[in-house]
Amino acid sequence: MIAIEADKLTKIYRVYRKREGLFASVAGLFHREFKEVHAVQEVSFRIDQGEMVAFLGPNGAGKTTTLKLLSGLIFPTAGSATVLGHIPWEREDSYRRRFSLVMGQKNQLWWDLPAQESFQLHKEIYRIDPADFRRRVDELTDLLQVRDLVGQPVRELSLGERMRMELIAALLHRPDVLLLDEPTIGLDVISQRRVQDFLRYYQGQQKLTVLLTSHYMKDVEALCKRAVIINEGEIKHDGPLEEIVDRFSTHKVVELQFAQAEIPADLADFGEVFDEKPPRVKLKVLRAQVPEVLSALLSRYAIEDVSVSDRPLEEVIAEMFVATKDAETEMSGTVGSVP
Amino acid sequence: MLARLRVNWVILRTCLEERLVYRADFAFATFVRFLPIVTQIFLWGAIFAVHSDHPHQSINNYSYEDMIAYYLLAMIGRAFSSMPGLATGVARDVREGTIKKFLIQPVDFLGYLFWHRVAHKLVYYIVAIGPFVLVFFLCRGYFPGWPDGPTVAAFLISLPAAFLIGFLIESMIGLISFWFLEVSSLIFVYMMLNYFLSGHMIPLDWFPEPLNQIVLYLPFKYLAYFPASVMLGRYSHAELIVELTAAAGWIVILLAANRFMFARGVRHYGAFGG
Repeated sequence: MIAIEADKLTKIYRVYRKREGLFASVAGLFHREFKEVHAVQEVSFRIDQGEMVAFLGPNGAGKTTTLKLLSGLIFPTAGSATVLGHIPWEREDSYRRRFSLVMGQKNQLWWDLPAQESFQLHKEIYRIDPADFRRRVDELTDLLQVRDLVGQPVRELSLGERMRMELIAALLHRPDVLLLDEPTIGLDVISQRRVQDFLRYYQGQQKLTVLLTSHYMKDVEALCKRAVIINEGEIKHDGPLEEIVDRFSTHKVVELQFAQAEIPADLADFGEVFDEKPPRVKLKVLRAQVPEVLSALLSRYAIEDVSVSDRPLEEVIAEMFVATKDAETEMSGTVGSVP
Repeated sequence: MLARLRVNWVILRTCLEERLVYRADFAFATFVRFLPIVTQIFLWGAIFAVHSDHPHQSINNYSYEDMIAYYLLAMIGRAFSSMPGLATGVARDVREGTIKKFLIQPVDFLGYLFWHRVAHKLVYYIVAIGPFVLVFFLCRGYFPGWPDGPTVAAFLISLPAAFLIGFLIESMIGLISFWFLEVSSLIFVYMMLNYFLSGHMIPLDWFPEPLNQIVLYLPFKYLAYFPASVMLGRYSHAELIVELTAAAGWIVILLAANRFMFARGVRHYGAFGG
């Protein structure tokens, strides 16, 4: 069953364009220039119930705008979307009881009160049965290891603890769809790992549909099998995570450990040397040439250890974004130079 | 229905707990708000020249005693109708995006604001009741004595009416922030108007013709002038019924306006903000 469906979803904002300087500011009082920002352009995708999908892209790519559209905070300029059969921006209570949005940089909990007070409020707002409520609070606070902290004012919690409380508040009413916007932003490695472990376990157990945006590829790799990549408002890729590396990375990484301390000088003939710590070295080798290069290397040198790996996902995606940017600049440059 | 009542009760309870967190700040703010009352009593003393050889017997049909009684009763009205931080709070929620949590949860933002304010006021009364009683006790000589039962009843009804009208006007100003993110100047203008038109500064019947007639048709008089004048026995029973009905009418109109503006505001926010 399809949980989330977006069809040519488009959001165009009109923003005030302010020129630099005081004079321009004064002029802005009388006449304002606006420009259109295409935050999301004809974005289409479908997410099945129980799927956990990563939504990736650089800052300003349109990820958060898409999540805002799906949670009904804003409505689109064009296109349509349904989540659990509801049109999000109609903001029916029956829809709002079935999803949660967690934004890593925004608070839903009451700042000056202990998290348990916010939980109580959610219990009433979402009409959670008291017995279910008790059980869920116990379960979630145990899973996220914050049981002892529910009585402490939220403002006194660390960022990691607060984020875990936010997740609990968002899950108390057992939503069917969970929209997560940068849930691990700013967290230390241990807190990140805890949140990841929890999400993986809980999503598997509850068959939650999750759409997750994150800048940490570690989150994505740990949690999602499928990724939708968005850049400048448009979808660039939608498919299995591993396909990204296959599709967009032209190179593999060959790591060698030589028997002798010195590294041969002619390694550059086989690929690009990018990490040299004698007697170990890393080479970037064209995918198609990997078997050939390996046999040549092994026959020519005394090698103690060898490994071939894909390049880190993060790197591949970063390169993808730079590549699209460059291609576009080039194109507009060409157009611009035509007399 | 019952579920909704429970939500409101828990919102009220949570807001009360939140208000009680910063006790010192709250107690101090309450204390500071009593200082102007004292200075105002001295000011009226100077205007009526009470300590001179030729004190004014009355100004615009108000004796010095009437004036002090009016002012103190108007302060009771204002204790119900003033809404410090309401509009700025709404504007901040919109500007900083905290309003999102109310838009994604199945909860009524205006209802939340209302119960939040009720909690705010309840805590204020707990702290302020002592100083109020003291001031009224010290100034008891200025009051003409208790009016009849129906008038006292009308006064007691006029106070929640003052609360509702004050709340609805200011929340409406807050909702304007859906269109203009910054509403502080607007709030300043409202404060100035409120100061004059509610009867906070001077009784509304002191205004020159025809202004004194016009201001009586506006809702602002219910914020301070009306409760005070009721308690001073300036209305007949028949007039009280008319006035309270008009106040109820204003509450309905303002509530409808709030609902309309919120619905439109959220649409605007959805189109341009977010």
